[in-house]
Amino acid sequence: MTIRLRVNGVDRTVDADPEMPLLWALRDILGLTGTKYGCGQALCGACSVHLDGQVVRACVTPVRRAAGGAVTTIEGLSPDGNHPLQRAWMELGVPQCGFCQAGQLMTAAALLKAKPRPTDDEIDQSLAANLCRCGTYPRIRAAVRKAAGLPEK
Amino acid sequence: MLCAMRRVFVAVAIVAAVAVVMRAAMLEAKPTQVAQPTQPVTGARLRGPEAFAGIADPAERSRALFLEASRVLTHPRCINCHPAGDVPHQGMTLELHYPPVVRGPKDRGVVGVECAGCHQDRNLELARVPGAPSWHLAPIEMAWVGKSPRAICEQMQDPKRNGGKTLAQIVEHNAHDKLVAWGWEPGAGREPVPGTQEQFGRLVAAWVETGAKCPPEEARP
Repeated sequence: MTIRLRVNGVDRTVDADPEMPLLWALRDILGLTGTKYGCGQALCGACSVHLDGQVVRACVTPVRRAAGGAVTTIEGLSPDGNHPLQRAWMELGVPQCGFCQAGQLMTAAALLKAKPRPTDDEIDQSLAANLCRCGTYPRIRAAVRKAAGLPEK
Repeated sequence: MLCAMRRVFVAVAIVAAVAVVMRAAMLEAKPTQVAQPTQPVTGARLRGPEAFAGIADPAERSRALFLEASRVLTHPRCINCHPAGDVPHQGMTLELHYPPVVRGPKDRGVVGVECAGCHQDRNLELARVPGAPSWHLAPIEMAWVGKSPRAICEQMQDPKRNGGKTLAQIVEHNAHDKLVAWGWEPGAGREPVPGTQEQFGRLVAAWVETGAKCPPEEARP
């Protein structure tokens, strides 16, 4: 089945089974490998992308759901890696192994778009389902606060 | 010769005595079985409204109908998403939802962790993520966890706590809503709620037709 979708601002077409996970289409068909495969069961958040502005777990989202929609991946978060979150991430040295960071950033970006100055509770609630096995959570929270223009603490 | 005949006689007598004792035991056991008027309702069975036709008093019938319907309403497949707090439950023992999610302002999660971010419009066979159209939590005023059938009965007909629905709309919701329907086809080896949605819809309809009476507080299905 041919599915048309807009990915990072560019119209794309994928020829795939409509039930194929969006993550497969992004990584294997479109070559956008910034989004990671973690658990495959929507339990870890490594595959978080935006679909029409909403965070979805690409590993469990059938590509048919994205038909006619707009997908943003980590590659499209900013044209030059200069999103306030990406800058804060680099300035604070947030990642350790880095595997979960694309998902963390995409979720944090959705949070800041909806709540430009989130409370710590709001940060924790929104990022609670994005796991980091290296345990960089304090740095993630500090970077989100920094990107929001809040004191890092 | 006489000795051999005596041995045969004794053996026959013993066999006969054992048979008499066994027969007596069977006769004794029989009244116990007969004394049970109905089979216990198993997890998979749900009685339709016709099973309650013998209750002459409509109010009593209404209470009995709701109590039977409450076997669906209080099943984990239903109450897991009718939590009394801000976190949904999962599984047959009402453990808290994992990954950690919260109700959010519209009962659909918070930004970044919305219900629809993971739950699709249908079950996912391989990932085992349950799904149905418009997957979301029941509002807090519709909390069922920890509630008795009577409390749920009262809540269901209170427009302030049932989403402003009329009783006719309650019947329609229970009989045809697609998210409600998920309870009977939960996928991934999960135990479904008893009966069928059609049966459940008829139970709720019959309950409304008989006056929508609520069972006593202590009554359990």
